[in-house]
Amino acid sequence: MLGAALAIVCVVLVALPFLREPEPVSDELDELTPERRRRLALAEERDRALGALKELEADHRAGRVNDEDYRASVGPLRREAALALRALDSQAEKV
Amino acid sequence: MAEFGRAALVVTLGLCLYAVAAGALAASYRRRRLALSARNALIAAFGSTLVAAAVLAVGFLRSDFSLTYVAEHSNRSLSGVYKLSAFWGGQEGSLLLWLLILTGYAALAVWVNRNRTRDLVVWVTPVLGGIAVGFSFLLVFVASPFAVQAAPVDGAGLNPSLQNPYMMSHPPFLYLGYVGLAVPFAFAMGALLSGRTDERWIVATRRWTLIAWTALGIGQLLGSHWAYVEVGWGGFYAWDPVENAALMPFLAATAFLHSVMIQEKRGMLKVWNVVLVSLAFCLSLFGTFLTRSGIVNSIHSFSQSDIGPWFLAFIVIAVAFSTALIMWRLPLLRSTTRLESLVSREAVFLYNNLLLVALCLTILWGVAWPILSEAVRGQSVVVGRPYFDFFLRIFGLPLLLLMGVGPLIAWRRASLKGLGRTFLWPAAVAIVTGVVLLALGAGSSLPGLIAYTFSAFVLAAIGLEFVRGTRARRALSHESWPGAFASLVGRNRRRYGGYVVHVAIVLLAIGIAGASAFDSVVEGKLAPGQSLAVSGYTVTFQKLTERETPHAAEVRAHLAVSRGGKDLGPLEAGKNSYKIAGPDPQVSSEVGIRTNYLTGEDLFVIPEQVNGDGTVYFRIFVKPLVNLIWLAGLVFLLGSVIALWPDAREQRRLAVRYDEAGSAVRGR
Repeated sequence: MLGAALAIVCVVLVALPFLREPEPVSDELDELTPERRRRLALAEERDRALGALKELEADHRAGRVNDEDYRASVGPLRREAALALRALDSQAEKV
Repeated sequence: MAEFGRAALVVTLGLCLYAVAAGALAASYRRRRLALSARNALIAAFGSTLVAAAVLAVGFLRSDFSLTYVAEHSNRSLSGVYKLSAFWGGQEGSLLLWLLILTGYAALAVWVNRNRTRDLVVWVTPVLGGIAVGFSFLLVFVASPFAVQAAPVDGAGLNPSLQNPYMMSHPPFLYLGYVGLAVPFAFAMGALLSGRTDERWIVATRRWTLIAWTALGIGQLLGSHWAYVEVGWGGFYAWDPVENAALMPFLAATAFLHSVMIQEKRGMLKVWNVVLVSLAFCLSLFGTFLTRSGIVNSIHSFSQSDIGPWFLAFIVIAVAFSTALIMWRLPLLRSTTRLESLVSREAVFLYNNLLLVALCLTILWGVAWPILSEAVRGQSVVVGRPYFDFFLRIFGLPLLLLMGVGPLIAWRRASLKGLGRTFLWPAAVAIVTGVVLLALGAGSSLPGLIAYTFSAFVLAAIGLEFVRGTRARRALSHESWPGAFASLVGRNRRRYGGYVVHVAIVLLAIGIAGASAFDSVVEGKLAPGQSLAVSGYTVTFQKLTERETPHAAEVRAHLAVSRGGKDLGPLEAGKNSYKIAGPDPQVSSEVGIRTNYLTGEDLFVIPEQVNGDGTVYFRIFVKPLVNLIWLAGLVFLLGSVIALWPDAREQRRLAVRYDEAGSAVRGR
């Protein structure tokens, strides 16, 4: 008896989305369009480049990275960050 | 009540099967309501499993011996808390605990991530459901905790060695760790199934992995402490297959936690990360199989075990499923960047990964070889302590060194000139430590000396990191030293929490080296009034007493301890004969431990044999620095909590990123 009651409660919970929306306007799951996926990848790249730049600055300030290593790394990192930002902007225009 | 418990498990099985089928259909055909329904099924499965667990717990508390499982693992004289811990004292109960934690984690994981990673979670639901199907199937059809019998007057009782506070917490912690690895595994598989191999699965599972890993680490230390104080053989880790079963997924998860940082920072090692997370999960299944199938006690018990073949099939399915998925999605997992230099932090992480995985696989081989040998050739082979100790030194010592090297090297590349400057102080500290220790006689154990020297290097490197970081923060923000320190840690919780965990590992290494490479031992038969001397201590056996308790007959040797003529007080050690079902009582050694909290040293007395003539055969150890192992547990927990603590800046950064990507990521 208790088992049957438990089963009924669970069935109701499972059926809840259908009970709440018997005739939904749309039953489609949200899908990331290829443009949005590209944009997400670019946002990840941008965050990665900006994060690396921030970390390099902190390491240089703390003395973990000397001036020579800093100069060798900061240029390419800034270029990477600028490229990612530019790509993200041009993608935004497309979207 | 047994009927209700069994029905609840059947409901769980049905819900999990539905979560798999409906979840897979919803994800394949992009059906929103069906996906929500599958998610609800997973959440409901937690509820029904909780009901089943509550029924069993009530059975224990009421001493309902009509439940065979309760009768086999409890009795009326057992105290309330041990009646509850008897829940996981046997196979069926521990499987139910596994399922309870799994469905709890699964429900929480899909609920917490319902918005941000919606297109991923639709695939995570059937994967988690599939794992839960395996365990609920076992509990319904193979190893039910709700089997009934004509109730006997009293139960068989709980194994006396399990009647210990550590055993109340050790198994649940291990299970929290084992099962917790199912979440990152399910998200990784969800990412592969959906083809969404961006960083979201890593972001979503970062904390889950850390929680599981912390629980696994704490669980192992609790188990080690239990072995140390309760089992009475004088050690804390015996390379037993069941102990190794927990160590292997811990090592794989440690490798994953490090390599995942390279993916986040550099976009590299995508394939390696999904391989590692799959390895960690499959090893956690393998660990449960080893513990529960009885295969490690005797190969012949495998055929008698009901659960073994099923579990083996489960592991084979998990390995085949994850391997096939990774192969299928290889093109999506290609890295966009390359390793720029072999002298960079990511390269150090890579070396660390290779060593961790090599150690893990070496242990796996040591565990599997006796099983395979007996199964294939019919020959019994023992892979013992020397094998494991050898590989621990070969892979463990370089790993220890790398913990100090990593923080000193910059990401991407570092020049030799720059390295010379950053390595100067830690290397100097390490060399001075090594020379001083050598002068003090620590050269008696070369691995021990190397471990201490490397430990000094790592501690100096980490200390330097904190000092440099705080100084830079102070220069930037003009805060006080404590303020700058707090701000530094608060702004970089994962990094500095990680360093605190590294300090814990160093403490662990120092404790292990002290207790195993530099310990002293003496043994002998003593009559009352006689003494044994070891490492400056004098232990005098004074008298033997006996007493009866409701649970056991206790014999105690009363000892007096002194050092350099100074009385250090009394110590007791003895034997307990527990009254349990069966013809013979179960006898345990009750060791005597005197701890010097200042030096971390233990005087450890084992009464090997109590003789009829009143003499006792003692084995007495002095274990330098052994208490650092337990201190390491607390530091490990502190570091993990720092790393786990929510970071509002990070959340804001991620919110900006996901806002840019759109509603399927962000949620509506």
